[in-house]
Amino acid sequence: MATEPAPPSPDLRPTLAVWKFASCDGCQLTLLDCEDELLGLADRVRIDHFLEMTSAEGGADGQRGRLEGRGPYDLSLVEGSITTTDDAERIRHVRRVSRYVVTIGACATAGGIQALCDFADIEEFLAAVYARPEYISTLETSTPISAHVPVDFELRGCPIDRRQLLEVITAYLAGRKPRIPSHSVCFECKRRGTTCITVAHGTPCLGPVTHAGCGAICPAYGRGCYGCFGPSNQPNLRSMVAQLHHDGMSERDIQRVFRTFNATSPEHAPVPELAAEECHSSRTGTEIRPERPA
Amino acid sequence: MTADADVNTSPALAPDGLVMGKDGLAALVDVLIRHGFTVVGPTVRDGVIVLAELRSADELPYGWGVELEAGRYRLRERTDGAAFAHAAGPQSWKPFLHPPRVRQWSADRTEDGLVLTADQPAPPRCAFLGVRPCDLRAIAVQDRVLTGGAYRDPGYEGRRSGALLIVVECTEPGATCFCVSMDTGPAAGPGYDLVMTEVVDEYGHRFWIRSGSPEGSAILAELPTRPADPETREAARAGVADAADRMGRTMPEADLRELMAGTLDAPRWDDVAGRCLTCGNCTMVCPTCFCTTTEDVTDLTGDHAERWQLWDSCFDLDFSQLHGGPVRASSRGRYRQWMTHKLGTWYDQFGSSGCVGCGRCIVWCPVGIDITEEAAALHDWTHSRAPDEGSGPP
Repeated sequence: MATEPAPPSPDLRPTLAVWKFASCDGCQLTLLDCEDELLGLADRVRIDHFLEMTSAEGGADGQRGRLEGRGPYDLSLVEGSITTTDDAERIRHVRRVSRYVVTIGACATAGGIQALCDFADIEEFLAAVYARPEYISTLETSTPISAHVPVDFELRGCPIDRRQLLEVITAYLAGRKPRIPSHSVCFECKRRGTTCITVAHGTPCLGPVTHAGCGAICPAYGRGCYGCFGPSNQPNLRSMVAQLHHDGMSERDIQRVFRTFNATSPEHAPVPELAAEECHSSRTGTEIRPERPA
Repeated sequence: MTADADVNTSPALAPDGLVMGKDGLAALVDVLIRHGFTVVGPTVRDGVIVLAELRSADELPYGWGVELEAGRYRLRERTDGAAFAHAAGPQSWKPFLHPPRVRQWSADRTEDGLVLTADQPAPPRCAFLGVRPCDLRAIAVQDRVLTGGAYRDPGYEGRRSGALLIVVECTEPGATCFCVSMDTGPAAGPGYDLVMTEVVDEYGHRFWIRSGSPEGSAILAELPTRPADPETREAARAGVADAADRMGRTMPEADLRELMAGTLDAPRWDDVAGRCLTCGNCTMVCPTCFCTTTEDVTDLTGDHAERWQLWDSCFDLDFSQLHGGPVRASSRGRYRQWMTHKLGTWYDQFGSSGCVGCGRCIVWCPVGIDITEEAAALHDWTHSRAPDEGSGPP
């Protein structure tokens, strides 16, 4: 008597979804860059929704329903900021169908470089950039995901660091807290043995107020940190601004160096005022840090 | 070579020491390599004098000095061709004895159950060439911390017991140096295997060299030397004595331990907190700061885990994180913790000061916070208060 074929064993792998909002796709690509680990990851999780990875709309099997991503998902990785009313609605859907929501990158975590629009008149931008601005429907601001829905973890960087991404995914799979320190980049320079470029060469560097995670790449190549991971915990911006001025940066330079990928981080809000104060006070000789001797 | 402080009994051989010409350095490096040592010493890299593995004495920083100030380090050319006429660089010997990242063990889930593997690699035997007296003291301080108590670090112990210490006495202190205040230099204290004093004058470029251990004597016996002449000895002693008079910084003339304990509420702590970036650089460059954290790493499969020890810093908010939040939530609290530990409570914990006066924390602070200036300000504060204001240390 022929034995009954065993029923297919249920797929108990946790499900992963990757979502894109206003962004350049670089952080999603970081996941695809995990070449050595990608097959291992696919063994451990079922990647249920990841448009960047699939060839056709709706996924490889063409199921229309999967485009919207019905879920539920155990872990949702969210890239990008919210810049349209549609996206503001879509992120609420993502939250509803996800057990954990982790934002990946500066856009999703802090609003991204596109949040520079927050400091300007959006109508002027539209008129300057688009031939037919009336076709464009956009919000006046670019906001992080956490401004719309509760977020379980925010991974920093522009783009994110692949080792940190794997750590976060691994931590959620193991049910533990991700090991992502929030101290300065200086820790990473010192641990890898990079000589401080500010002290040794007078190079302006945002490392002392910038969140670690990149592995201190730029200073290792003689370039000042430009803060793509955003503010570290409790950054002392008054002292940092004084130091940048001391290292030769003008008021305008200082304002601009903080107006990049994390421009609207709340920690950076006092910078323009601090820079004006610092650069004005140096003319009256009352600054914290004197000019460097030539 | 051992962690004991008293091995520095002068061998009967050549109690007045020997003299070695500049060419002797090449022989010294060759002999050390032949004895199986990895030679680590000063060399110019990235515009600074770093400590790195040396393949030959040619890599030493002949003719380079340094110009140090708070938050500033610059190389300066010297005309005398001296190899060791430079003050402390960006690293101490700490990265070699107490590395920033060490794997302690790994664990694998196998068919036979959990298999734990401790990491105990035999460390290379390092010869440290050009240890400054302040750094020699710093090594002794770390010895007490990491091997002197109930909690011994076997990794450190292994690296330390294999290390050969070749001290070069200081004849060229920097503007941020204060070893005289801390009584750690510029002459070498005990604990070395060999000690040299560099002399460059009209009679040539040479070294007065003495041994401090049997292993040091064995190395010395293989070097091209001659008996020490009184002129070289005198010039060497004068160079070190002169260095003592040229300290760029001093600590206030006070019992620093009492000063720290009696100024915990001084307004100066708010002042320094306004400047401190809490970036952690001072602790990372300090040759005695020893704090580490441990991180457990798992891979995606969940079948492999590793435990790593890595440098930590009391300037990180997470350093004092307990349930409910960090103990030292303010930068004022964190700077005060670092400085009062270094100069004060280190005595209670380890029986000595934690500061050796190398000045690295002054140089490598991006905003140039100066521990001697902070100590002086605290000292001034205690003296500026009228006696009836009371509230001195109990």
